[in-house]
Amino acid sequence: MAEISKEQVKHVANLARLEFDDEAVEQMANELSAIIEYAEQLNELDTENVKPTTHVLDLKNVMRKDEPKKWITQEEALKNAPDQKDGQILVPSILE
Amino acid sequence: MSLFDYTIKELEAKLHNHEITVEDLVKESYAQIKKVDGDVHAFLTLDEEKALEKARELDKCEDKSGILFGIPAGIKDNIVTKGLRTTCASQFLDNFTDPLYNATVVDKLDAENPVAVGKLNMDEFAMGSSNENSGYEPTRNPWNIDHVPGGSSGGSAAAVAAGEVLFSLGSDTGGSIRQPAAFCGVVGMKPTYGRVSRFGLVAFASSLDQIGPLTRTVEDNARVLEVIAGHDKMDSTSADVDVPAYTEALTGDVKGLKIAVPKEYLAEGVSEEVKNSVMEALKVYESLGATWEEVSLPHSKYALATYYLLSSSEASANLARFDGVRYGVRSENAKNMLDMFVKSRSEGFGDEVKRRIMLGTFALSSGYYDAYYKKAQKVRTLIKNDFDKILEEYDVIVGPTTPTPAFKVGEKTSDPLTMYVNDILTIPVNLAGVPGISIPCGFSEEGLPIGLQIIGNYFDESTVYRAAHAFEQATEHHKKRPQLGGAK
Repeated sequence: MAEISKEQVKHVANLARLEFDDEAVEQMANELSAIIEYAEQLNELDTENVKPTTHVLDLKNVMRKDEPKKWITQEEALKNAPDQKDGQILVPSILE
Repeated sequence: MSLFDYTIKELEAKLHNHEITVEDLVKESYAQIKKVDGDVHAFLTLDEEKALEKARELDKCEDKSGILFGIPAGIKDNIVTKGLRTTCASQFLDNFTDPLYNATVVDKLDAENPVAVGKLNMDEFAMGSSNENSGYEPTRNPWNIDHVPGGSSGGSAAAVAAGEVLFSLGSDTGGSIRQPAAFCGVVGMKPTYGRVSRFGLVAFASSLDQIGPLTRTVEDNARVLEVIAGHDKMDSTSADVDVPAYTEALTGDVKGLKIAVPKEYLAEGVSEEVKNSVMEALKVYESLGATWEEVSLPHSKYALATYYLLSSSEASANLARFDGVRYGVRSENAKNMLDMFVKSRSEGFGDEVKRRIMLGTFALSSGYYDAYYKKAQKVRTLIKNDFDKILEEYDVIVGPTTPTPAFKVGEKTSDPLTMYVNDILTIPVNLAGVPGISIPCGFSEEGLPIGLQIIGNYFDESTVYRAAHAFEQATEHHKKRPQLGGAK
């Protein structure tokens, strides 16, 4: 499986919340196919009995107390918002 | 002679003895920025007024004895700075002028009072090896502005090399501190995974990202890491391991040091000039009483594929947060909520970022997860085991940082894989999680710097610094200064 089709690119783009025009879809299909083909070399290795590494530190379930703390104010939280109304972030309607 | 020809420690002493003021240093920093940054483009955001104000405030302090006190510095633009624009060199965050908090590393620096003069250019969201993926004017190499400075911390390396700041912070996911340090002839340290808090570092690949310092000398570098390292309750992946005084490790003594040289790091693809410089460096170590032997890291050739699958998968999840809702540039062409996500992301992200999000989303998608993502996680274990085995027997691993010196602007932009190969010698270090440094070890015929990479055991940055410092003090490479050559 080293060939990624244009349909697959469109499907993955939808999952990633991205859109591409026809020309870019074709280019993306070619580029991803080349990268995935290169990645196929990992199949030369037998990893049947190898444990996956998620990260390298010997840390598990770092817990802390769930205590409320002052962090930022409502005013601060809205400072960088592209649009706002009545102290809340404003977005376009979900339905057209 | 410029004030910036002194080391940080020497400048701290001059400030302490009232020979110079912090204002002198900050003015000198801005004078150099005005002189060279029109060609180098290391900075994305500057605030001269604020920096001078801070300098004058510090000059009034009775106690000037702090480590890094008054020293001009630059911060990579993926490290969040309260009230100072933070863009990650992405047009998506062009309007993010008022971040609400400081990254932990910035708070830790602030406690010692260096002066941050501005935010440094990079490849967008730290994805790239040349700074050509910056959403702004890309940084150029101060040694020759026809060449790239490396990436993704290209601005951080170039600003130090060009004498605009005394030190900078960068981040390293697959070589992003060490590779530009090598290309720009400066010292760049990627500490052990977990050594430095990533709270406030805009996440790229969370199982690999690490913050570290770029400086002109090894001693300067050790001073900065001493300040920024340590456990942080705001980052659950930071390790609760004591931070030693790294500067005390700089004894100059490497007698009996056992060096491993992986044959895969001097194989095909590594240029003759780079190989020769590394062999010369090994002779220097021999003359200082260290010994070296050739070893093998047999899974090295699989590191690149492993890295691109894992880092892109993690990036596709981390960058889902950029949706145009709470901050950043929102598309004005959206008809509804979903359309707003899609259009903001498609208009805001650059090509390389989109390519990696697509690759990562594909590798994590139903039906492909086991074949790509999980397979890569398993190969990562094999790569890590290679390092563990060698570091049981040897103190450090030494090799080149990059296969070639800095390449020309535009030389590698047409094919993503050609660009990715640049990081083939730095990526395995991130996958294993061990610390690695790049220091200058020579120059190419064209006059471009060559970097020596020294890799150590988990949380043993001290030995890496000791080895780096001994070499530096025995050679003159770090004393050369760039002349901003090339066609303007």
